[in-house]
Amino acid sequence: MTRNAMIDEWYPVGLASQLDAHGRKTALMGEPIEVRLGEDGNAEVTGGNGRVLPACIRYGHVWASLGDPQKPLFAIPEADQPGRRLVDVGVVRVRCSPLRAVENFLDIAHFPFVHTDILGAEPHTEVQNYKVEIREDEDEVWATQVQFYQPQAAKSAEGGITTQYMYRVPAPTCSILYKTCPPRPGEWDVITLFVQPLAEDLCDVWPWMALFDDETPMTDLIHFQQTIFVQDRSILENQIPGLLPLDPGMEIPTRADLTSVAYRRWLKRHGYTYGAQLVAQ
Amino acid sequence: MKLYDYVLSPSCYKVRLMAALTGVALDIRPVDFHPGAEHRGPELLALNPAGSIPILEDGDLVLTESSAMLVYLAAKAAPQWLGNDAAGPAASVQQWLSFSHRLTASLGAARLHEMLLRPGNIDVLRAQATAALRELEAGLVEQRIRGQCFLASDRPTVADIACFPYVALAPDGGVSLDPYPAIRLWSRAIRAIDGFIEMPGIHRLHELKPEPVLEGGEA
Ligand SMILES: N[C@H](CCC(=O)N[C@@H](CS)C(=O)NCC(=O)O)C(=O)O
Ligand SMILES: [Fe+2]
Repeated sequence: MTRNAMIDEWYPVGLASQLDAHGRKTALMGEPIEVRLGEDGNAEVTGGNGRVLPACIRYGHVWASLGDPQKPLFAIPEADQPGRRLVDVGVVRVRCSPLRAVENFLDIAHFPFVHTDILGAEPHTEVQNYKVEIREDEDEVWATQVQFYQPQAAKSAEGGITTQYMYRVPAPTCSILYKTCPPRPGEWDVITLFVQPLAEDLCDVWPWMALFDDETPMTDLIHFQQTIFVQDRSILENQIPGLLPLDPGMEIPTRADLTSVAYRRWLKRHGYTYGAQLVAQ
Repeated sequence: MKLYDYVLSPSCYKVRLMAALTGVALDIRPVDFHPGAEHRGPELLALNPAGSIPILEDGDLVLTESSAMLVYLAAKAAPQWLGNDAAGPAASVQQWLSFSHRLTASLGAARLHEMLLRPGNIDVLRAQATAALRELEAGLVEQRIRGQCFLASDRPTVADIACFPYVALAPDGGVSLDPYPAIRLWSRAIRAIDGFIEMPGIHRLHELKPEPVLEGGEA
Protein backbone atom coordinates (compact mmCIF):
# COMPACT_ATOMS: atom_id res chain seq x y z
CA MET A 1 0.00 0.00 0.00
CA THR A 2 1.23 3.51 -0.77
CA ARG A 3 1.77 6.05 1.97
CA ASN A 4 -1.53 7.78 2.61
CA ALA A 5 -1.51 11.55 2.19
CA MET A 6 -3.53 11.83 5.40
CA ILE A 7 -0.44 10.83 7.41
CA ASP A 8 0.90 14.39 7.06
CA GLU A 9 -2.26 16.12 8.28
CA TRP A 10 -3.06 17.52 11.72
CA TYR A 11 -5.61 15.81 13.96
CA PRO A 12 -7.18 16.63 17.33
CA VAL A 13 -6.01 14.20 20.01
CA GLY A 14 -7.42 15.65 23.23
CA LEU A 15 -8.72 18.67 25.11
CA ALA A 16 -6.03 21.17 26.06
CA SER A 17 -7.85 21.73 29.37
CA GLN A 18 -7.44 18.06 30.28
CA LEU A 19 -3.74 17.73 29.50
CA ASP A 20 -1.72 16.42 32.41
CA ALA A 21 1.77 15.11 33.03
CA HIS A 22 0.40 11.62 33.60
CA GLY A 23 -0.75 11.45 29.98
CA ARG A 24 -3.52 9.77 28.08
CA LYS A 25 -3.28 6.83 25.71
CA THR A 26 -5.19 7.11 22.49
CA ALA A 27 -4.63 6.34 18.78
CA LEU A 28 -4.24 7.96 15.40
CA MET A 29 -4.96 6.05 12.21
CA GLY A 30 -4.36 2.72 13.87
CA GLU A 31 -1.18 3.75 15.67
CA PRO A 32 -1.23 3.91 19.47
CA ILE A 33 -0.11 7.34 20.69
CA GLU A 34 0.29 9.04 24.04
CA VAL A 35 -0.60 12.65 24.79
CA ARG A 36 0.77 14.44 27.84
CA LEU A 37 1.79 17.79 29.23
CA GLY A 38 5.52 18.32 28.70
CA GLU A 39 7.80 19.96 31.25
CA ASP A 40 7.94 23.10 29.10
CA GLY A 41 4.14 23.49 29.28
CA ASN A 42 3.61 22.33 25.70
CA ALA A 43 1.81 19.24 24.60
CA GLU A 44 4.03 16.21 24.10
CA VAL A 45 2.75 13.48 21.80
CA THR A 46 4.59 10.24 21.16
CA GLY A 47 3.89 7.59 18.56
CA GLY A 48 3.80 3.83 18.79
CA ASN A 49 7.58 3.42 18.67
CA GLY A 50 8.17 6.25 21.16
CA ARG A 51 9.08 8.80 18.46
CA VAL A 52 8.08 12.38 19.19
CA LEU A 53 5.31 13.63 16.92
CA PRO A 54 4.70 17.19 15.73
CA ALA A 55 2.19 18.71 18.18
CA CYS A 56 0.57 22.01 19.02
CA ILE A 57 -2.26 23.45 21.13
CA ARG A 58 -4.96 25.44 19.34
CA TYR A 59 -8.75 25.97 19.46
CA GLY A 60 -9.06 24.27 22.85
CA HIS A 61 -7.44 21.07 21.64
CA VAL A 62 -4.12 19.31 21.33
CA TRP A 63 -3.21 18.60 17.70
CA ALA A 64 -0.72 16.08 16.37
CA SER A 65 0.46 14.53 13.12
CA LEU A 66 1.96 11.15 12.36
CA GLY A 67 4.04 12.51 9.48
CA ASP A 68 5.54 15.81 8.34
CA PRO A 69 2.83 18.45 8.11
CA GLN A 70 3.48 20.63 5.07
CA LYS A 71 1.48 23.52 6.54
CA PRO A 72 0.74 24.82 10.02
CA LEU A 73 -2.69 23.97 11.40
CA PHE A 74 -5.44 25.81 9.45
CA ALA A 75 -6.41 29.28 10.65
CA ILE A 76 -9.77 30.21 12.18
CA PRO A 77 -9.35 33.99 12.44
CA GLU A 78 -12.71 34.37 14.20
CA ALA A 79 -11.44 32.24 17.09
CA ASP A 80 -9.22 35.13 18.20
CA GLN A 81 -11.92 37.80 18.00
CA PRO A 82 -12.48 39.36 21.42
CA GLY A 83 -15.83 38.74 23.07
CA ARG A 84 -16.39 35.20 21.87
CA ARG A 85 -17.15 32.36 24.29
CA LEU A 86 -14.98 29.34 23.51
CA VAL A 87 -16.81 26.10 24.21
CA ASP A 88 -15.08 22.73 24.69
CA VAL A 89 -17.96 20.38 23.96
CA GLY A 90 -16.01 17.20 24.86
CA VAL A 91 -15.34 13.97 23.05
CA VAL A 92 -17.95 11.59 21.63
CA ARG A 93 -16.78 8.29 20.15
CA VAL A 94 -18.54 7.05 17.04
CA ARG A 95 -18.15 3.71 15.30
CA CYS A 96 -17.99 5.18 11.80
CA SER A 97 -15.52 6.38 9.20
CA PRO A 98 -13.96 9.73 10.14
CA LEU A 99 -14.80 10.98 6.65
CA ARG A 100 -18.44 9.97 7.09
CA ALA A 101 -18.58 12.04 10.30
CA VAL A 102 -17.48 15.14 8.37
CA GLU A 103 -19.76 14.41 5.43
CA ASN A 104 -22.79 14.18 7.72
CA PHE A 105 -21.84 17.51 9.30
CA LEU A 106 -21.92 19.12 5.84
CA ASP A 107 -25.40 17.83 5.03
CA ILE A 108 -28.21 20.20 5.95
CA ALA A 109 -30.97 18.13 4.38
CA HIS A 110 -31.10 15.85 7.44
CA PHE A 111 -31.90 18.66 9.92
CA PRO A 112 -35.71 18.36 9.98
CA PHE A 113 -35.59 14.59 10.29
CA VAL A 114 -32.75 14.06 12.77
CA HIS A 115 -32.75 17.35 14.71
CA THR A 116 -36.51 17.76 14.66
CA ASP A 117 -37.78 20.98 16.24
CA ILE A 118 -34.24 22.24 16.89
CA LEU A 119 -32.32 22.65 13.63
CA GLY A 120 -35.24 21.85 11.36
CA ALA A 121 -38.90 20.94 11.29
CA GLU A 122 -41.37 19.55 8.85
CA PRO A 123 -42.77 20.88 6.56
CA HIS A 124 -39.76 23.24 6.15
CA THR A 125 -37.57 20.60 4.51
CA GLU A 126 -36.64 22.50 1.34
CA VAL A 127 -32.92 23.28 0.90
CA GLN A 128 -32.62 26.41 -1.22
CA ASN A 129 -29.97 26.80 -3.88
CA TYR A 130 -26.49 27.64 -2.64
CA LYS A 131 -22.93 27.87 -3.88
CA VAL A 132 -20.19 25.25 -3.54
CA GLU A 133 -16.58 25.60 -4.63
CA ILE A 134 -13.12 24.20 -4.07
CA ARG A 135 -11.06 27.33 -3.38
CA GLU A 136 -7.77 26.70 -5.10
CA ASP A 137 -5.68 29.28 -3.22
CA GLU A 138 -6.65 28.10 0.22
CA ASP A 139 -7.11 24.52 -0.97
CA GLU A 140 -10.37 24.23 0.96
CA VAL A 141 -13.94 23.22 0.22
CA TRP A 142 -16.48 26.03 0.80
CA ALA A 143 -20.26 26.14 0.66
CA THR A 144 -21.82 29.61 0.91
CA GLN A 145 -25.24 31.26 0.70
CA VAL A 146 -26.85 28.33 2.45
CA GLN A 147 -30.23 29.16 4.01
CA PHE A 148 -32.50 27.10 6.16
CA TYR A 149 -35.53 27.65 8.37
CA GLN A 150 -34.78 26.60 11.95
CA PRO A 151 -37.13 26.38 14.94
CA GLN A 152 -34.26 26.85 17.44
CA ALA A 153 -31.07 27.71 15.59
CA ALA A 154 -29.01 28.33 18.72
CA LYS A 155 -29.40 28.36 22.47
CA SER A 156 -29.63 32.14 22.12
CA ALA A 157 -32.37 32.06 19.45
CA GLU A 158 -35.91 32.92 20.46
CA GLY A 159 -38.29 31.09 18.20
CA GLY A 160 -37.85 30.13 14.56
CA ILE A 161 -35.56 32.05 12.20
CA THR A 162 -34.17 31.58 8.72
CA THR A 163 -30.51 30.88 9.35
CA GLN A 164 -27.64 31.61 6.98
CA TYR A 165 -24.79 29.12 6.87
CA MET A 166 -21.31 28.78 5.40
CA TYR A 167 -19.39 25.53 5.53
CA ARG A 168 -15.68 25.15 5.21
CA VAL A 169 -13.46 22.04 5.04
CA PRO A 170 -9.84 23.04 5.66
CA ALA A 171 -8.51 19.53 6.44
CA PRO A 172 -9.74 16.05 5.59
CA THR A 173 -11.32 15.37 8.99
CA CYS A 174 -12.18 18.90 10.14
CA SER A 175 -15.07 21.13 9.21
CA ILE A 176 -16.03 24.61 10.33
CA LEU A 177 -19.51 25.94 10.09
CA TYR A 178 -20.34 29.64 10.21
CA LYS A 179 -23.90 30.45 11.07
CA THR A 180 -26.17 33.41 11.77
CA CYS A 181 -25.50 34.70 15.25
CA PRO A 182 -28.88 35.64 16.77
CA PRO A 183 -27.61 38.20 19.34
CA ARG A 184 -25.13 39.84 16.89
CA PRO A 185 -26.41 40.29 13.38
CA GLY A 186 -23.44 40.79 11.07
CA GLU A 187 -21.19 38.33 12.88
CA TRP A 188 -21.02 34.58 12.41
CA ASP A 189 -21.07 31.99 15.14
CA VAL A 190 -18.33 29.39 14.64
CA ILE A 191 -19.14 25.73 15.21
CA THR A 192 -16.52 23.14 14.38
CA LEU A 193 -16.29 19.42 14.09
CA PHE A 194 -12.76 18.20 14.73
CA VAL A 195 -12.48 14.47 14.05
CA GLN A 196 -9.70 12.23 15.34
CA PRO A 197 -9.41 9.15 13.11
CA LEU A 198 -8.71 6.16 15.39
CA ALA A 199 -9.26 3.59 12.66
CA GLU A 200 -10.92 3.62 9.25
CA ASP A 201 -14.24 2.82 10.90
CA LEU A 202 -13.82 4.43 14.32
CA CYS A 203 -13.37 8.03 15.39
CA ASP A 204 -13.37 10.37 18.36
CA VAL A 205 -15.26 13.54 17.55
CA TRP A 206 -14.38 16.78 19.33
CA PRO A 207 -16.94 19.49 18.58
CA TRP A 208 -15.84 23.02 19.51
CA MET A 209 -17.50 26.41 19.29
CA ALA A 210 -16.62 30.12 19.35
CA LEU A 211 -19.85 32.03 19.93
CA PHE A 212 -21.12 35.48 20.67
CA ASP A 213 -23.49 34.78 23.53
CA ASP A 214 -23.04 36.42 26.89
CA GLU A 215 -26.26 35.12 28.36
CA THR A 216 -26.38 31.35 28.14
CA PRO A 217 -24.52 29.46 30.88
CA MET A 218 -21.55 27.44 29.58
CA THR A 219 -23.11 24.10 30.58
CA ASP A 220 -26.23 24.87 28.51
CA LEU A 221 -24.08 25.64 25.47
CA ILE A 222 -22.26 22.31 25.90
CA HIS A 223 -25.51 20.39 26.33
CA PHE A 224 -27.11 22.01 23.29
CA GLN A 225 -24.26 20.90 21.03
CA GLN A 226 -23.95 17.44 22.63
CA THR A 227 -27.68 16.91 22.09
CA ILE A 228 -27.32 17.67 18.40
CA PHE A 229 -24.26 15.54 17.93
CA VAL A 230 -25.63 12.53 19.78
CA GLN A 231 -28.76 12.71 17.61
CA ASP A 232 -26.39 12.18 14.66
CA ARG A 233 -24.42 9.42 16.29
CA SER A 234 -26.85 6.55 15.82
CA ILE A 235 -27.40 7.55 12.19
CA LEU A 236 -23.64 7.59 11.60
CA GLU A 237 -23.20 4.17 13.18
CA ASN A 238 -25.79 2.68 10.84
CA GLN A 239 -24.64 4.08 7.51
CA ILE A 240 -24.13 1.70 4.62
CA PRO A 241 -21.53 1.35 3.26
CA GLY A 242 -19.48 2.18 6.34
CA LEU A 243 -16.55 3.65 4.44
CA LEU A 244 -17.10 6.79 2.37
CA PRO A 245 -17.45 5.84 -1.31
CA LEU A 246 -15.18 7.97 -3.50
CA ASP A 247 -16.24 6.58 -6.85
CA PRO A 248 -18.53 8.80 -8.85
CA GLY A 249 -21.90 7.29 -9.48
CA MET A 250 -22.19 5.22 -6.35
CA GLU A 251 -24.62 7.44 -4.52
CA ILE A 252 -26.83 9.76 -6.51
CA PRO A 253 -26.39 13.31 -5.26
CA THR A 254 -29.30 15.70 -4.78
CA ARG A 255 -28.94 19.46 -4.58
CA ALA A 256 -28.52 19.29 -0.83
CA ASP A 257 -25.57 16.96 -1.29
CA LEU A 258 -23.53 19.32 -3.49
CA THR A 259 -21.16 20.03 -0.63
CA SER A 260 -20.68 16.33 -0.09
CA VAL A 261 -19.87 15.84 -3.77
CA ALA A 262 -17.25 18.61 -3.65
CA TYR A 263 -15.82 17.18 -0.42
CA ARG A 264 -15.46 13.73 -1.97
CA ARG A 265 -13.90 15.16 -5.12
CA TRP A 266 -11.42 17.13 -3.01
CA LEU A 267 -10.56 14.07 -0.89
CA LYS A 268 -10.00 11.97 -3.98
CA ARG A 269 -7.86 14.60 -5.65
CA HIS A 270 -5.52 14.67 -2.64
CA GLY A 271 -5.49 10.95 -2.02
CA TYR A 272 -7.16 11.48 1.37
CA THR A 273 -8.53 7.99 1.41
CA TYR A 274 -8.22 6.78 5.01
CA GLY A 275 -11.83 5.85 5.83
CA ALA A 276 -12.83 5.83 2.16
CA GLN A 277 -13.84 3.08 -0.19
CA LEU A 278 -12.34 3.45 -3.65
CA VAL A 279 -13.94 0.74 -5.69
CA ALA A 280 -17.61 0.00 -5.84
CA GLN A 281 -18.24 -3.17 -3.83
CA MET B 1 -38.80 20.85 42.35
CA LYS B 2 -35.19 21.07 41.20
CA LEU B 3 -33.53 18.39 39.10
CA TYR B 4 -29.76 18.26 38.73
CA ASP B 5 -29.75 17.06 35.19
CA TYR B 6 -27.60 16.00 32.24
CA VAL B 7 -29.24 15.82 28.79
CA LEU B 8 -27.44 12.63 27.76
CA SER B 9 -28.04 10.78 31.04
CA PRO B 10 -30.68 8.05 30.77
CA SER B 11 -31.14 8.15 34.56
CA CYS B 12 -31.93 11.87 34.45
CA TYR B 13 -34.21 11.29 31.48
CA LYS B 14 -36.26 8.83 33.59
CA VAL B 15 -37.13 11.71 35.90
CA ARG B 16 -37.81 14.19 33.08
CA LEU B 17 -40.03 11.64 31.37
CA MET B 18 -41.94 10.79 34.55
CA ALA B 19 -42.45 14.48 35.29
CA ALA B 20 -43.77 15.06 31.77
CA LEU B 21 -46.13 12.09 32.03
CA THR B 22 -47.47 13.16 35.42
CA GLY B 23 -47.65 16.87 34.58
CA VAL B 24 -45.09 18.01 37.16
CA ALA B 25 -42.98 21.07 36.31
CA LEU B 26 -39.27 20.67 37.01
CA ASP B 27 -36.73 23.36 37.56
CA ILE B 28 -33.77 22.00 35.57
CA ARG B 29 -30.25 22.66 36.84
CA PRO B 30 -27.86 21.45 34.07
CA VAL B 31 -24.76 19.63 35.34
CA ASP B 32 -21.56 19.60 33.29
CA PHE B 33 -21.19 15.81 33.57
CA HIS B 34 -19.06 15.58 30.43
CA PRO B 35 -16.44 16.85 29.86
CA GLY B 36 -16.46 18.79 33.16
CA ALA B 37 -17.17 15.96 35.67
CA GLU B 38 -19.10 18.51 37.75
CA HIS B 39 -20.97 15.69 39.50
CA ARG B 40 -17.71 14.81 41.25
CA GLY B 41 -17.05 18.40 42.31
CA PRO B 42 -17.50 19.70 45.88
CA GLU B 43 -20.95 21.29 45.39
CA LEU B 44 -22.62 18.15 44.07
CA LEU B 45 -20.70 15.72 46.28
CA ALA B 46 -22.04 17.64 49.27
CA LEU B 47 -25.55 16.89 48.00
CA ASN B 48 -24.85 13.35 46.85
CA PRO B 49 -21.73 11.66 48.25
CA ALA B 50 -22.23 8.86 45.72
CA GLY B 51 -21.16 11.29 42.98
CA SER B 52 -23.99 10.41 40.62
CA ILE B 53 -26.86 12.25 39.01
CA PRO B 54 -29.82 12.73 38.94
CA ILE B 55 -30.41 14.54 42.21
CA LEU B 56 -33.91 15.80 42.98
CA GLU B 57 -34.53 18.52 45.56
CA ASP B 58 -37.96 19.48 46.85
CA GLY B 59 -37.80 21.74 49.88
CA ASP B 60 -35.83 19.81 52.48
CA LEU B 61 -36.12 16.55 50.63
CA VAL B 62 -33.08 15.41 48.65
CA LEU B 63 -33.30 12.23 46.57
CA THR B 64 -30.32 10.62 44.85
CA GLU B 65 -31.90 7.44 43.48
CA SER B 66 -33.93 7.76 40.29
CA SER B 67 -36.36 5.01 41.34
CA ALA B 68 -37.22 6.96 44.47
CA MET B 69 -37.73 10.07 42.36
CA LEU B 70 -40.18 8.25 40.07
CA VAL B 71 -42.17 7.07 43.08
CA TYR B 72 -42.12 10.55 44.57
CA LEU B 73 -43.45 12.19 41.39
CA ALA B 74 -46.11 9.54 40.94
CA ALA B 75 -47.26 9.61 44.57
CA LYS B 76 -47.53 13.38 44.47
CA ALA B 77 -49.17 13.94 41.12
CA ALA B 78 -50.50 10.76 39.54
CA PRO B 79 -50.76 7.76 41.89
CA GLN B 80 -52.04 5.47 39.11
CA TRP B 81 -48.39 5.25 38.01
CA LEU B 82 -47.57 3.41 41.27
CA GLY B 83 -49.56 0.38 40.07
CA ASN B 84 -51.96 -1.83 41.88
CA ASP B 85 -51.25 -2.20 45.62
CA ALA B 86 -52.26 -5.88 45.92
CA ALA B 87 -49.34 -7.98 47.16
CA GLY B 88 -48.34 -9.54 43.83
CA PRO B 89 -48.40 -6.47 41.57
CA ALA B 90 -46.90 -4.20 44.27
CA ALA B 91 -43.99 -6.59 44.68
CA SER B 92 -43.61 -6.83 40.94
CA VAL B 93 -43.22 -3.04 40.68
CA GLN B 94 -40.51 -3.19 43.36
CA GLN B 95 -38.84 -6.14 41.64
CA TRP B 96 -38.47 -4.19 38.36
CA LEU B 97 -37.45 -0.97 40.10
CA SER B 98 -34.58 -2.87 41.72
CA PHE B 99 -33.84 -4.76 38.53
CA SER B 100 -33.40 -1.44 36.69
CA HIS B 101 -30.05 -0.97 38.49
CA ARG B 102 -28.70 -3.97 36.60
CA LEU B 103 -29.54 -2.18 33.36
CA THR B 104 -27.68 0.92 34.55
CA ALA B 105 -24.65 -1.14 35.59
CA SER B 106 -24.47 -3.12 32.34
CA LEU B 107 -26.10 -1.25 29.42
CA GLY B 108 -25.38 2.15 30.97
CA ALA B 109 -21.71 1.36 31.56
CA ALA B 110 -21.34 -0.13 28.06
CA ARG B 111 -22.81 3.06 26.61
CA LEU B 112 -20.48 5.31 28.66
CA HIS B 113 -17.56 3.17 27.52
CA GLU B 114 -18.47 3.26 23.85
CA MET B 115 -19.61 6.84 23.66
CA LEU B 116 -17.75 8.89 26.28
CA LEU B 117 -14.59 6.74 26.60
CA ARG B 118 -15.19 5.60 30.18
CA PRO B 119 -12.95 2.72 31.30
CA GLY B 120 -14.56 -0.71 31.57
CA ASN B 121 -14.44 -4.24 30.24
CA ILE B 122 -16.80 -3.99 27.31
CA ASP B 123 -17.15 -7.75 26.75
CA VAL B 124 -18.12 -8.36 30.36
CA LEU B 125 -20.54 -5.41 30.33
CA ARG B 126 -22.21 -6.63 27.14
CA ALA B 127 -22.53 -10.15 28.53
CA GLN B 128 -24.20 -8.76 31.67
CA ALA B 129 -26.42 -6.57 29.52
CA THR B 130 -27.49 -9.55 27.43
CA ALA B 131 -28.38 -11.53 30.55
CA ALA B 132 -30.50 -8.63 31.83
CA LEU B 133 -32.22 -8.11 28.46
CA ARG B 134 -33.10 -11.82 28.25
CA GLU B 135 -34.67 -11.62 31.67
CA LEU B 136 -36.65 -8.53 30.69
CA GLU B 137 -37.78 -10.17 27.43
CA ALA B 138 -38.98 -13.24 29.36
CA GLY B 139 -40.85 -11.03 31.83
CA LEU B 140 -42.58 -9.15 29.04
CA VAL B 141 -43.53 -12.34 27.21
CA GLU B 142 -45.15 -13.67 30.41
CA GLN B 143 -47.03 -10.41 30.78
CA ARG B 144 -48.33 -10.69 27.21
CA ILE B 145 -49.58 -14.19 27.93
CA ARG B 146 -51.49 -12.67 30.85
CA GLY B 147 -52.85 -10.10 28.43
CA GLN B 148 -50.79 -7.20 29.85
CA CYS B 149 -48.56 -4.91 27.77
CA PHE B 150 -46.49 -3.46 30.60
CA LEU B 151 -44.07 -4.84 33.18
CA ALA B 152 -46.27 -4.91 36.27
CA SER B 153 -49.76 -4.19 35.08
CA ASP B 154 -52.01 -3.63 32.09
CA ARG B 155 -51.05 0.02 32.27
CA PRO B 156 -47.61 1.63 32.50
CA THR B 157 -46.15 2.17 35.97
CA VAL B 158 -42.98 3.59 37.47
CA ALA B 159 -41.40 0.19 36.79
CA ASP B 160 -41.65 0.69 33.03
CA ILE B 161 -40.19 4.19 33.22
CA ALA B 162 -37.30 2.90 35.36
CA CYS B 163 -36.38 0.21 32.83
CA PHE B 164 -37.15 1.87 29.52
CA PRO B 165 -34.32 4.42 28.95
CA TYR B 166 -31.23 2.19 29.23
CA VAL B 167 -32.96 -0.50 27.18
CA ALA B 168 -33.97 1.88 24.40
CA LEU B 169 -30.39 3.19 24.26
CA ALA B 170 -28.78 -0.28 24.21
CA PRO B 171 -27.48 0.20 20.62
CA ASP B 172 -25.40 3.19 21.83
CA GLY B 173 -23.31 0.66 23.75
CA GLY B 174 -23.15 -1.74 20.82
CA VAL B 175 -25.91 -4.03 22.12
CA SER B 176 -28.58 -4.83 19.52
CA LEU B 177 -32.27 -5.14 20.38
CA ASP B 178 -32.99 -7.27 17.29
CA PRO B 179 -33.26 -10.55 19.27
CA TYR B 180 -35.98 -9.19 21.59
CA PRO B 181 -39.38 -8.78 19.90
CA ALA B 182 -41.32 -8.34 23.16
CA ILE B 183 -38.95 -5.57 24.24
CA ARG B 184 -39.43 -3.82 20.91
CA LEU B 185 -43.24 -3.95 21.24
CA TRP B 186 -43.03 -2.69 24.81
CA SER B 187 -40.76 0.16 23.71
CA ARG B 188 -43.34 1.16 21.10
CA ALA B 189 -46.11 1.03 23.68
CA ILE B 190 -44.15 3.35 25.99
CA ARG B 191 -43.36 5.80 23.23
CA ALA B 192 -47.07 5.88 22.35
CA ILE B 193 -48.12 7.09 25.82
CA ASP B 194 -49.73 10.55 25.79
CA GLY B 195 -47.23 13.17 26.87
CA PHE B 196 -44.14 11.08 26.03
CA ILE B 197 -40.97 13.13 25.56
CA GLU B 198 -37.72 12.21 23.77
CA MET B 199 -34.04 12.37 24.62
CA PRO B 200 -31.09 12.27 22.18
CA GLY B 201 -30.98 8.70 20.85
CA ILE B 202 -34.61 7.92 21.75
CA HIS B 203 -36.97 8.95 19.00
CA ARG B 204 -40.66 9.63 19.05
CA LEU B 205 -42.86 7.21 17.12
CA HIS B 206 -43.11 8.26 13.54
CA GLU B 207 -46.59 9.30 12.71
CA LEU B 208 -48.42 6.61 10.86
CA LYS B 209 -48.39 7.16 7.13
CA PRO B 210 -51.79 8.06 5.71
CA GLU B 211 -53.55 5.19 3.99
CA PRO B 212 -52.57 4.94 0.36
CA VAL B 213 -55.29 6.18 -1.98
CA LEU B 214 -56.09 3.56 -4.59
CA GLU B 215 -57.44 4.62 -7.98
CA GLY B 216 -60.60 2.83 -9.13
CA GLY B 217 -58.96 0.42 -11.58
CA GLU B 218 -56.01 -0.49 -9.32
CA ALA B 219 -57.95 -1.91 -6.40
N1 LIG C 1 -28.30 6.59 41.82
C1 LIG C 1 -28.52 6.04 40.50
C2 LIG C 1 -27.41 6.60 39.61
C3 LIG C 1 -27.71 6.59 38.16
C4 LIG C 1 -26.41 6.74 37.37
O1 LIG C 1 -25.62 5.78 37.25
N2 LIG C 1 -26.14 7.94 36.86
C5 LIG C 1 -24.95 8.16 36.06
C6 LIG C 1 -25.25 9.12 34.96
S1 LIG C 1 -26.34 8.40 33.77
C7 LIG C 1 -23.88 8.76 36.92
O2 LIG C 1 -24.12 9.72 37.62
N3 LIG C 1 -22.69 8.17 36.91
C8 LIG C 1 -21.59 8.68 37.65
C9 LIG C 1 -20.36 8.55 36.86
O3 LIG C 1 -20.39 7.82 35.86
O4 LIG C 1 -19.36 9.18 37.22
C10 LIG C 1 -29.88 6.41 40.00
O5 LIG C 1 -30.37 7.47 40.38
O6 LIG C 1 -30.48 5.63 39.25
FE1 LIG D 1 -26.85 16.30 12.27
